[in-house]
Amino acid sequence: MTGGIRAAISIAKKDLRTEFRTKESINASASFALVILVLFSFAFDIAREEFYAISGGLLWLVYSFAGAMIVNRSFARELPNDCLDVLIASPVPAWSIFLGKAVAAFVLLLCVELLSLPVFGLFYNIRWLGVFWPLFAIMMLATWGITVVGAGLSALTVNVRLRELMLPALLYPLLIPVLIAAMQLTTALLGSDPVNLATDSEMRLLLVFDIVYTSLAMYLIEFILVL
Amino acid sequence: MREKFTYALGLGGLLLMIYNLHTIFTVLPDEAQQGAIGRMLFIHVPAAIAAYLFYTIAVVSSIAFLIRRNFAWDSLAVACVEVGTVFTFVNLVTGSLWGHVIWGIWWAWDARMTTQLMCFLLYLGYLLLRPAVSEPTQRGVMSAILAIFAFADIPIVIMAIRIKDIRTQHPSPVLETGGLDPTWWPPFLIGIVALALIGSALMLVRLHQETSQREMDSLRRELHAI
Repeated sequence: MTGGIRAAISIAKKDLRTEFRTKESINASASFALVILVLFSFAFDIAREEFYAISGGLLWLVYSFAGAMIVNRSFARELPNDCLDVLIASPVPAWSIFLGKAVAAFVLLLCVELLSLPVFGLFYNIRWLGVFWPLFAIMMLATWGITVVGAGLSALTVNVRLRELMLPALLYPLLIPVLIAAMQLTTALLGSDPVNLATDSEMRLLLVFDIVYTSLAMYLIEFILVL
Repeated sequence: MREKFTYALGLGGLLLMIYNLHTIFTVLPDEAQQGAIGRMLFIHVPAAIAAYLFYTIAVVSSIAFLIRRNFAWDSLAVACVEVGTVFTFVNLVTGSLWGHVIWGIWWAWDARMTTQLMCFLLYLGYLLLRPAVSEPTQRGVMSAILAIFAFADIPIVIMAIRIKDIRTQHPSPVLETGGLDPTWWPPFLIGIVALALIGSALMLVRLHQETSQREMDSLRRELHAI
């Protein structure tokens, strides 16, 4: 178990190091998030106060688009030079390869989210600093949900024709519960409605989703990678 | 023999359906508050129940495929998902028609409607994925895993939507609360059986096609090898 976790940490570190050196997916998804944020300002022509009512929805749509771009690269990055085969043949359990990949994608997506949050606040005049920590807790839980399902589907679709098209088509319907809960919570927080994170049922839903899919994906990844 | 059985199932379902439609339209009175459109209940709800039945068989056979690696399970799973998706579609369309008459709108973002739509989209993804993979084992494993993922998502979607949507418009479940008139029960139950039989016949046809397709593929590969 500890060996597996150590291997997962090394894989996550390797992924993050490659990413921070090449910056291929983080640059693309951060600038994509920015473009979407700008586009939304044209899409909705509404008064400033009303922006609070749609703020959670806006923010999580941006995050989920950025997330799909990041997880798309997660396993596809290993395709050149047959790196994926070497990873699978290496003496580490399949779940630690998956966990490493998921953690790396999680950190990357969280970076993109933290980068685009101030821009979002600035463009739409939304005050978020006062509720940053509860918002961060929601971001952690929902982002893990996005990346754990995303990394699983990324492994699943890595050898599929039209991978770039297939992944979002499979990912978004599965993510609906996470997005509903995160959007509701974020809108409530930014609109300064009282939210008690410890007892909130949406928070519990995020937790349930994370636990169910983390365990399912870690168990099933063996079948996905070793066909 | 197998073909005859399939036809018998389909024919039995069809006859039951015709008999049931006759009862629904000529014997039963209009629903007190909804009028004639209340009869939609006898198609709408059985379609949903039949869909869930086929989805359940699909997930069980997907798990069996992952364990046993017998392609018969894979064919069964895809056949069931296809039939389930068709029934979900029937459920959505009949619900929408009913809503148009009773509510005056085609679609309301109500808890149960949204859940059904999500189910439909999830399994549409499954059907999209299959043709994109050409290698049979890979296709089987991938779709089995996706079927498990999708099935696990359904209860969470239901939970999410229940939390979000308190102001539900959908009629409350008359079946569990005993609000259904005793004379309405037989056509309702016959509706479920009829749709399940028709669905099984369709499923068997698809199963047969899948099996033949796999045989043809393996023959083609053999030919290439020679």
